[in-house]
Amino acid sequence: MRETKFKLDWLILPLLGIGAFLILWFAFTKTVSPDLPTPGKTWELSKTYITKPFEKRGELDQGILRFTWLSLVMVAKGYAIALILGTPLGFMLGISKTFAKCFDPLIQILRPVSPLAWLPLGFVIFAKAKGNVSEVAALFTIAVCSMWPTVLNTAVGVRSIPQDYLNVAKVLKLSRTKTLFRVLLPATLPYMFTGFRLSLGIAWLVIVAAEMLTGRPGVGGFLWQEYNSNIPEHIILCIITIGVVGFILDRLMSLIEQRFRTA
Amino acid sequence: MAFLELSHVEKSYGKGAKAFQVLTDINLQVNKGEFVAIVGYSGAGKTTLISLISGLLKPDKGTVKLNDLEIVEPGPDRAVVFQNYSLLPWMSVYENVYLAVDQVFKNWTAVKKKQHTDDYIKMVNLSAARDKKPSELSGGMRQRVSLARALAMDPQILLMDEPLSALDALTRANLQDEIEKIWREARKTVVLITNDVDEAILLADRIIPLSAGPSATLGPEVMVTIERPRNRKQMNHDPNYKEIRGKVLSFLLGEGAKKRQFVTRRLSLPDIEPEDISQGMPGFSSNRQARRKKEIKEEVVEIDS
Repeated sequence: MRETKFKLDWLILPLLGIGAFLILWFAFTKTVSPDLPTPGKTWELSKTYITKPFEKRGELDQGILRFTWLSLVMVAKGYAIALILGTPLGFMLGISKTFAKCFDPLIQILRPVSPLAWLPLGFVIFAKAKGNVSEVAALFTIAVCSMWPTVLNTAVGVRSIPQDYLNVAKVLKLSRTKTLFRVLLPATLPYMFTGFRLSLGIAWLVIVAAEMLTGRPGVGGFLWQEYNSNIPEHIILCIITIGVVGFILDRLMSLIEQRFRTA
Repeated sequence: MAFLELSHVEKSYGKGAKAFQVLTDINLQVNKGEFVAIVGYSGAGKTTLISLISGLLKPDKGTVKLNDLEIVEPGPDRAVVFQNYSLLPWMSVYENVYLAVDQVFKNWTAVKKKQHTDDYIKMVNLSAARDKKPSELSGGMRQRVSLARALAMDPQILLMDEPLSALDALTRANLQDEIEKIWREARKTVVLITNDVDEAILLADRIIPLSAGPSATLGPEVMVTIERPRNRKQMNHDPNYKEIRGKVLSFLLGEGAKKRQFVTRRLSLPDIEPEDISQGMPGFSSNRQARRKKEIKEEVVEIDS
């Protein structure tokens, strides 16, 4: 089949797709679901949040980028914990077969557990913690859920280091630290970054769920509040924002990933 | 007392019934400053042999001694030039060589180490590519880096595991000439593993053929009496050359050739009788049995090892 190619096709074709989607959406509101706001109405009610993205009118009434920023800060903290714990854990799993045999089944069981299940446990664990319990519990949930891709990819990366590199380290009698930092770590980096990218994706999924359950200000918290106040237009605004931000985060991470892959 | 001495070395992979004997009764003596080439089939266990000398593998039986000391682990006194270069792809040419220099000459000043590294990069004619990554270099250039790294370690013995077999013929010829030149200058003890008899004749003082596996062992040695420096064009007309080549090849193609291997396999042959289709579709009536019998036969097949 001949592919359609013309000037600006990279711009026009996606716009066509979005246009078709908007028409479907509009048709849907007029037929199946009269409660679903039309695209026009959604824009009407969301305008102020987008045109004044950094305005703060109240705790749960802020510009959309302000909410995004709050969510991103939480994600950054939880994600950082996930990487700090996950990378060494992945290394251990990759290096030691005994360690892998001990903990691999446990990881396989904990990995598919939903963030919604971890959050209440977070509340229990950190009930006596100083400071904001809901924040700590949310961070715990983000860290626990987003850690696994980093752990598993790092482990795979360490295991798939070519024997040649290890032979070089052996023949040169590199010390343990030197082997780690000059051979193992650089050889694993591309895999680690794949894990980091997937982890960030999950962290972004989890933050929305965590905010919805804790009612913390952020995109997810705003979404839940607007559902309770029956403003479905804002739910759609939040969904689009979550999607766009997630997409941008993924692109940024894969740019970094590419750098390490070619290096 | 030979400088490098392997006596009654055996090595197999796997355990018990699945054990696969790679090398059997390997006896090898290499004198200091000598260039020895081991020629053999691919898959015969040449890499295993070099790994035993480098210490990356331990023999099941027998001993490997360098300078009368048993080899128990790898070390920079036995530099290895690997077939697939084994350069670290995230380091530049300079960094790859420097890593080795820095490791071997820990007490040197930074300036001296830097100078030493650059000297060896220059020796293999790669000064212009000093800051390039291995991925930006051709196969021949990468193997030069690997060679520079090995030589810069100033090893007691240089082990080369089919260093040129991945290169095209012209590049290979060029590098062979360079290795010969470098060896004449540096006079290192070298063990070269190769599958190219001509390469062995061009470079080595002594050629030892390795028979085909499994249970490969070394054949009778052949001295290369052709005077150095050797010229590949003139060598073709040297009567010695033909004789040496003949001796090595006659072992490899004769006694040391692939042992024909046979296995007995059990084959189950379907023995299908014609069925009466008027009885209906198979599977639809319950009291009907398929009239098929399996016949088990034994067959002897020759396999490639």
